[in-house]
Amino acid sequence: MSANLSAVFYLISGVLFILALRGLSSPETSRQGNLFGIIGMIIAISVTFLSVGNFSSGFIYVIVILLIGGAIGAFIAYKIPMTAMPELVAGFHSLVGLAAVFVAIAAFINPGAFNLGSPGNIKLASLIEMSIGAAVGAITFSGSVIAFLKLQGIMSGAPITFKGQHLLNALILISIIVLTYLLCSTQSSNLFWILIAISFLIGFLIIIPIGGADMPVVISMLNSYSGWAAAGIGFTLENTALIITGALVGSSGAILSYIMCKGMNRSFFNVILGGFGGTDQISTNQNKEQRPVKSGNADDAAFLMKNASSVIIVPGYGMAVAQAQHALREMVDTLKKNGIKVSYAIHPVAGRMPGHMNVLLAEANVPYDEVFELEEINNDFANADVAFVIGANDVTNPVAKTDPQSPIYGMPVLDVEKCKSVLFVKRSLSPGYAGIDNDLFYKENTLMLFADAKKMTEDITKNL
Amino acid sequence: MEIDPFIFRLSIFILSIFVGYYVVWSVTPSLHTPLMSVTNAISSVIIVGAIIAALANINGEVFTSSSLFGFFAIMLAAINIFGGFLVTQRMLAMYKKKKKDKK
Repeated sequence: MSANLSAVFYLISGVLFILALRGLSSPETSRQGNLFGIIGMIIAISVTFLSVGNFSSGFIYVIVILLIGGAIGAFIAYKIPMTAMPELVAGFHSLVGLAAVFVAIAAFINPGAFNLGSPGNIKLASLIEMSIGAAVGAITFSGSVIAFLKLQGIMSGAPITFKGQHLLNALILISIIVLTYLLCSTQSSNLFWILIAISFLIGFLIIIPIGGADMPVVISMLNSYSGWAAAGIGFTLENTALIITGALVGSSGAILSYIMCKGMNRSFFNVILGGFGGTDQISTNQNKEQRPVKSGNADDAAFLMKNASSVIIVPGYGMAVAQAQHALREMVDTLKKNGIKVSYAIHPVAGRMPGHMNVLLAEANVPYDEVFELEEINNDFANADVAFVIGANDVTNPVAKTDPQSPIYGMPVLDVEKCKSVLFVKRSLSPGYAGIDNDLFYKENTLMLFADAKKMTEDITKNL
Repeated sequence: MEIDPFIFRLSIFILSIFVGYYVVWSVTPSLHTPLMSVTNAISSVIIVGAIIAALANINGEVFTSSSLFGFFAIMLAAINIFGGFLVTQRMLAMYKKKKKDKK
């Protein structure tokens, strides 16, 4: 296959990838979009086989390995529970990162295969692109592994900080740049290995100080990195499909990080520098006086809801942990049978990744036109009778609007307190991730329901 | 004077960033999780480089140090491609509209 013809096909698959993302603008077109993505991938892979034109025994091995990998991927995709989606995405990012590193290494060892020159005499531009691809890929890999471990609970979600952390990170970043420069002037393979090794290290170091609830930003950021790594390799291979895809994924991840940061009213750097919600912030809250709290049981909650005409559900990460989405939907079904209007309010940073709550509700067969974003629904709280907060905390805290001293001041929050009454399902009065007390607990019209989210929801349904 | 092909690639890159910017802003927030899994799947188009590396045999040898890295990368990217597209499909199939005739 001629180089020009294959370039045209790579362009086509790049365009199909754009259409795949475009399809996600609404759930109706999204399935078609995914199909475009799959077609684009098939074109890119087929064209590569044809343009390499090597159908010897190696080709058989490639197909076999492709199918083994594909079978593993398909198995994971069908087995994974929807609540584990953040871990899955983090795990997948790590694979893209590692694949980018491997491709860069292969190109470094055998540049002839990619028309980049010969070992020890690689074209300067290619060497720079290769180093960027390898370094960003390595950062994506080790960062995603840490994110995965934190999300999975294997590693504590608490931030890990130590003295001189930022200085160390800065030194490593500078040395990556210096190494890339030296590598280009000497073409030494030792430097290439060191570059990859310290890139792995920095990926690890930049994620450990970031706490569990900041994971939406981390996952989006790593999503972005995996794109830039792919683009770096795309430049090395002079491949348009990779360049287009890398740019798309890179900007997609960057936008998601931006949306997540805005949802917390924090700057990107504030999140990345980490340490948020660490021990020092929690200790300042202990001298607060004990305030009275109204608590109730499932019976009281059922009574309140039965007499309401509209209910707004506010789900959060706690719902995912308790796997309460199905029980919740059953409760809502019963409410609807009694003629009560129910809608769902989703805060942009609810859960551990962008859109996490929406997927869980969709899994529990909640129609997506009953689920609303913060801006769409926030004015409705004032007219609603009951707000049912299940597993959310900081995103409902009115302190963000009233107390300029609070660490979450200025963060957009759901105006839950404007409801006639608030039902708050929570296991205890402990503060949320930001380490601050929620004023909502102590309001006159709040009824605390101390229980496991799933069990409480089931009990309420029984009492309705 | 002739323009370096690198400049053409750079142009594609920059324009694609802008395309990505506008396309992603139009994605509805409720589909942000599928967006992440599908971007993950398409970024595995890096498999193209892995295939080239794996099939570039020197002197007729199938397994060389560089082709082995290629094979490993194919494996990783293939997990991602199948896993990413299929899990996206599984998620998207769950997004349903309100049924008109309520049970």
